[in-house]
Amino acid sequence: MHKIIRKQQLNSDICLLEFEAKDISNAAKPGQFLVLRIDEQGERFPLTIYDSNKTKGAITVVCQAVGVSTKKLCALNEGDSILDVAGPLGHSVQTKEVGKVICIGGGVGTAEAYPIAKAYKEAGNDVTVIVGARSKNLLICEEALKGIDVKLHIATDDGSYGRKGFVTNVLEELISKDKYDLVYAIGPIVMMKAVSDLTKLHKIKTLVSLNSIMIDGTGMCGGCRIKYNNKSSFTCVDGPEFDGHLVDFKELIDRQNRFTDKEKQALKHYECKIGLK
Amino acid sequence: MHKKKLIKEQNPKERIQNFNEVSYGLSEEQAIAEASRCLNCKKPLCVQGCPAEIDIPAFVMAIKEKAYKRAADIIKKTNNLPAVCGRVCPQEDQCEKACILMKKGKPIAIGYLERFVADWEMENSKQSSVDSNQIKKAGTKVAVIGAGPAGLSCAADLANSGYKVTIFESLHAAGGVLTYGIPEFRLPKKIVNHEVKNIAALGVDIKLNYVIGRTKTMDDLRAEGFEAFFIGTGAGLPHFLGIEGEGLNGVYSANEFLTRINLMKAYKFPEYDTPVNVGEKVAVIGAGNVAMDSARCALRMGAKKVYIVYRRSENEMPARAEEIEHAKEEGIIFHLLTNPTKILGDENSCVEKMTCLKNKLGEPDDSGRRRPVAIPGSEFDIDVDTVICAIGNGANPLLLSTIKELKLGKWGNIEADENGKTNVKDIFAGGDIVTGSATVIAAIGAGKKAARVMDEYLKGKKC
Repeated sequence: MHKIIRKQQLNSDICLLEFEAKDISNAAKPGQFLVLRIDEQGERFPLTIYDSNKTKGAITVVCQAVGVSTKKLCALNEGDSILDVAGPLGHSVQTKEVGKVICIGGGVGTAEAYPIAKAYKEAGNDVTVIVGARSKNLLICEEALKGIDVKLHIATDDGSYGRKGFVTNVLEELISKDKYDLVYAIGPIVMMKAVSDLTKLHKIKTLVSLNSIMIDGTGMCGGCRIKYNNKSSFTCVDGPEFDGHLVDFKELIDRQNRFTDKEKQALKHYECKIGLK
Repeated sequence: MHKKKLIKEQNPKERIQNFNEVSYGLSEEQAIAEASRCLNCKKPLCVQGCPAEIDIPAFVMAIKEKAYKRAADIIKKTNNLPAVCGRVCPQEDQCEKACILMKKGKPIAIGYLERFVADWEMENSKQSSVDSNQIKKAGTKVAVIGAGPAGLSCAADLANSGYKVTIFESLHAAGGVLTYGIPEFRLPKKIVNHEVKNIAALGVDIKLNYVIGRTKTMDDLRAEGFEAFFIGTGAGLPHFLGIEGEGLNGVYSANEFLTRINLMKAYKFPEYDTPVNVGEKVAVIGAGNVAMDSARCALRMGAKKVYIVYRRSENEMPARAEEIEHAKEEGIIFHLLTNPTKILGDENSCVEKMTCLKNKLGEPDDSGRRRPVAIPGSEFDIDVDTVICAIGNGANPLLLSTIKELKLGKWGNIEADENGKTNVKDIFAGGDIVTGSATVIAAIGAGKKAARVMDEYLKGKKC
């Protein structure tokens, strides 16, 4: 059991949760993820580590309430406990000095881009961060990103904050004006695909972080497999970081949708159970 | 088959509608009658056939005398998972094959008797209680990695020898394949839980959600004072066929399919949150126990037609005779000497059909089994919407890649001798991580042997 010691609502759907996880906090590195199970009936699902604090023995995650599992997690409050947490899983980011780096976060992925940007900054890189949100009130982690001395660009779909448009619009402007050595994208799969397509044309090495549907998170089930460089790779043990130019995004998008009907059914069942519908 | 007639089972038509245990086990009268047939041989061959070294004639004689508690104690002297072994061991290849009465084709049904005793004990004696006070505070610290059959049996024997044992398990439940893999209808989870609790009650500390190699490394554990390690991390990464279409929706590894259903209880969806899509027509590739389990789960999840697709013939099928028998009774269709070459999908990337080639048997290969040879031009399609690959597993590199000094074989499995010794003096290993996919009982046997050499090693260190 992992007691929640801090909860902060970042926008209407996204919350930040800090919980006790002593051994995991000692081992956690940027880019790694956890597998969580909220309650006895719950799924096992992956979530990227946002921050870890060895002194407190605590881990922080940022979660967007979308399906049953994430809604269950976001419904927990300070003092409540998460049943199972395993990790840190996957490889950490191998940050080294590469020069000029652009980190891109979209939606809840902005929270996942934060530790990556911080790690690249600490490794001595010139870091630019582009974050995207549908609207101003949905933008998250702006303060945290401002705190790590990076060049921050914000794009909103409706133009309510920052510039109007997508992260790829900002990216295109930046890379056509200046030379960059690495792009790192975390967020919705369609965003990572759009970024990878664009940087491929400009021949800029691009990394993406993939948490596809997982169960164990340790390589046992193969449910998270993707086609990578025309071979099968497991995002849990081979990733989560991959070269975006070698990922078969079409297959990944199809595979992420393989339980859509069941997920809707599960959500309806949950909402009936808690009396929402 | 004599054994078949002995035991009462759920009717095949009914049982494919539920996940309840198929076999009811022996009644007391049946058990006594069966035990009375035992010749109590002076040199019992059955014992030599048992990887867990159970004193079989002694416990069978105890049943004959209705001394069931004594029978249970005799079994538990060497086997800490009797209710499991009585259900899933391939007895026909082990103790019962060696039984002298096998010559007449009527060996003692040792497996059923073992299950009878274990079930009797579960019902009639108090579950050994687990409280934190029982976890040994003193003693040499030993770590067991993986709470599957190998790890559990190793941990139990080490605890009985006085060691302070901690098992580290990466999943949220102990049992390994007994929990995530073998379905409820063949091995009820309450039985696994009961046996796990008994082992915990020996003073073994079981830490769940603990991924050695990630949460902590072997060096972290050494620094915490652990003096010896047993690695029993089991079957690793699932193999796929390497054919076109394996990324399509509807293609599962058997590990994923079974884990969703058994560990995550997808058969109780939506009460439990984890889904599984089964579809109407399911092809399971492979013919081992895992393949039979997958096929029979698919039926129970509502599939109308379930095929076993196997590249060799019936004689070469690695599954237990009883599982094959059960699968046939339940209406599983066997496509033997058949090799899938391609999986085809529809416009939504969902599986639609599978192309196969017919094989014929050629000369024996390295395994001694006749090699399947493709018949040119014999392609045909099977309409399916789900394909489950049950063709075994490779070694999982997650832990092993963090132990640089450990010697691995060419398939990435740990190189260990028959007692579980590796090239690293404080690391021992057993079960599937050494042998590749094998049986529960082989893993239990390996765990026991390793516990013995670990005891010798640790005693040697103290001198």
